[in-house]
Amino acid sequence: MPDKTTVTPSSVAGAGPGQTGSGVDVSAPSVAAASELASMGGVNKPRSLGQDAWRELRARPMFWTAGILLVVLILMAAFPFLFTGADPGHADLRNHYLGDPQWTHLFQEDWFGYNKQGQSVWARTVYGARASVIIGICVTFAVTVLGGFLGMIAGYFGGWWDALLSRLTDIFFGIPLLLGALVLLQAFTHRTVWTVVLGLTVFGWMQIARVMRGAVITQKQADFVTAARALGAGNGRILLKHILPNAIGPVIVVATIALAGYISTEATLSYLGIGLQPPAISWGVDIASAKDVLRDAPHVLLVPSTFLSLTVLAFILLGDAVRDALDPKLR
Amino acid sequence: MTTTEKTAAVSAPRTPEAAGSPLLQVRDLHVEFHTRDGVVKAVNGVNYSVSAGETLAVLGESGSGKSVTAQAIMGILDMPPAKIPQGEILFRGEDMLKMTVEQRRRVRGAKIAMIFQDALSSLNPVLSVGYQLGEMFRVHQGLSKKDAKAKAIELMDKVKIPAAKNRVGDYPHQFSGGMRQRIMIAMALALEPDLIIADEPTTALDVTVQAQVMDLLAELQREYHMGLILITHDLGVVADVADKIAVMYAGRIVENAPVRELYKNPAHPYTRGLLDSIPRLDQKGQELYAIKGLPPNLLHVPSGCAFNPRCPMAQDVCRTDVPALAKVADGRGSACHFWKETLHG
Repeated sequence: MPDKTTVTPSSVAGAGPGQTGSGVDVSAPSVAAASELASMGGVNKPRSLGQDAWRELRARPMFWTAGILLVVLILMAAFPFLFTGADPGHADLRNHYLGDPQWTHLFQEDWFGYNKQGQSVWARTVYGARASVIIGICVTFAVTVLGGFLGMIAGYFGGWWDALLSRLTDIFFGIPLLLGALVLLQAFTHRTVWTVVLGLTVFGWMQIARVMRGAVITQKQADFVTAARALGAGNGRILLKHILPNAIGPVIVVATIALAGYISTEATLSYLGIGLQPPAISWGVDIASAKDVLRDAPHVLLVPSTFLSLTVLAFILLGDAVRDALDPKLR
Repeated sequence: MTTTEKTAAVSAPRTPEAAGSPLLQVRDLHVEFHTRDGVVKAVNGVNYSVSAGETLAVLGESGSGKSVTAQAIMGILDMPPAKIPQGEILFRGEDMLKMTVEQRRRVRGAKIAMIFQDALSSLNPVLSVGYQLGEMFRVHQGLSKKDAKAKAIELMDKVKIPAAKNRVGDYPHQFSGGMRQRIMIAMALALEPDLIIADEPTTALDVTVQAQVMDLLAELQREYHMGLILITHDLGVVADVADKIAVMYAGRIVENAPVRELYKNPAHPYTRGLLDSIPRLDQKGQELYAIKGLPPNLLHVPSGCAFNPRCPMAQDVCRTDVPALAKVADGRGSACHFWKETLHG
């Protein structure tokens, strides 16, 4: 088959007088035409919104920068032992403040030196990624589900539902995320990653709810919703199949950008001593313990904070790229 | 429906019994909208009926209440702000306004379907047309995804979309306007409803495509022996396909008549004005006729006959008394104090 197709151009180009008689040559162009049609069909294959967005994303350096950073980060969170052989909890006071980072010892235990307890700064930074990533992703997921649900109900049913839920949103909006989480988490004597997720979710869903409500109200008035209703679709189907796919775009964008905020809020909470507590390993915890020795051993502070900044940057870049891809008006 | 039944239905002549019990009867329907500025009476006592296999054209300017009546029949008015203070909508003798929400939902799409004006915005942009067509079967008949898709392809063939099999996964924006409207028609037809309401089905289309879509609609209507309510402001579209016409003005029917008689000899000054404002080829160079004035503001409908400020024949009585729909002939009525003069003038 491939042979025939490759032969064709020459046989067509050289539509020579001598070749017209051959039966093989007559059939060959039709085979080629058929395969050409098939490949055209492939090119014209319908693309969904998601596929369109993916094409758009692929063309952006910003997306790839963020993507590479995030892949490394997620690998770090999932398989920290790939990056360091050292135990982050292991403390050897002989290494107390052994400051000078050993720049030549790439990925070794003493690559970035040791902290006050004689623990490897590099190992602690690698293992600290997990808390940040879990909290960032889980809070974003929970907030999207909760805020999305409330926003959808408020936007679609309107009336009393809207009045009630929108006021609730307003009330929660009055409480700063950090302050709210601070007060709530203080009530827990034993705090884990999940406690922090809970605290951030309770005070973090409002923006998603508002965005979702607005998007649903816009889509609700679309003609295709009236059409779906006129053809007998019920509320559930209209909401989930017709409105939600059209309203989810802005929510995804807000959620991706907000993810970065949750990670830095977690670090802030841990720094203030209200988030994760030692012996839990987290960038916030490490930054907190490094602040007292800033002048003597700045590397103890700089390494985890650099990773924190890079992570936040990566998610913000990703959010920007996703927004550009999902919003055709910005193209 | 099996093939034999279908042929029987198609070949059966319209019996007087069938004509006597119409598919859909709208009786004294009132619809009002409660707005901040006051109560807008969009529909004021409309009566009409459609039988199986019959086409009723509802004609009127924007704001005449023709679409609102249709939405009331479909039950897709937003209530509030809309309100139906009185009236009946009888479908096969049963008042739909008294049905439960769930009963009405079952009627929509399955028994009465609607075709909308703008097919592009009436189709969901993020779902493939095959999915949206198949949805009809999945919602109403609980078919599997695969069977629904097969049915969708069948329907697309039915409305003459070329290469339906290859296009079933395409999205609405990948179709031309005419093809999109065909898909809307296919959706409406999916469950072989008894009645189709087409709300300006060809307004958004090119003139050349308009004729194709109307022909298709008329053909399918004959095939399925459906009732058709055609809402339009285009007198040209009406002439070919409609059996009878109801002309609406300011929420009332001002004239109803079989299509030929109305065109030949209108019995209401408004209808006459509409017919006179059709541009004619044999009068090139003359100024086009227009009915003077503007359609009434429904918040402040003129007293008496709503058309009186624009009517060339208006007398004092027109400014005080609302004319009732007078019987002009069998199956023909006109809501004008001077219908006789109009008819013969």
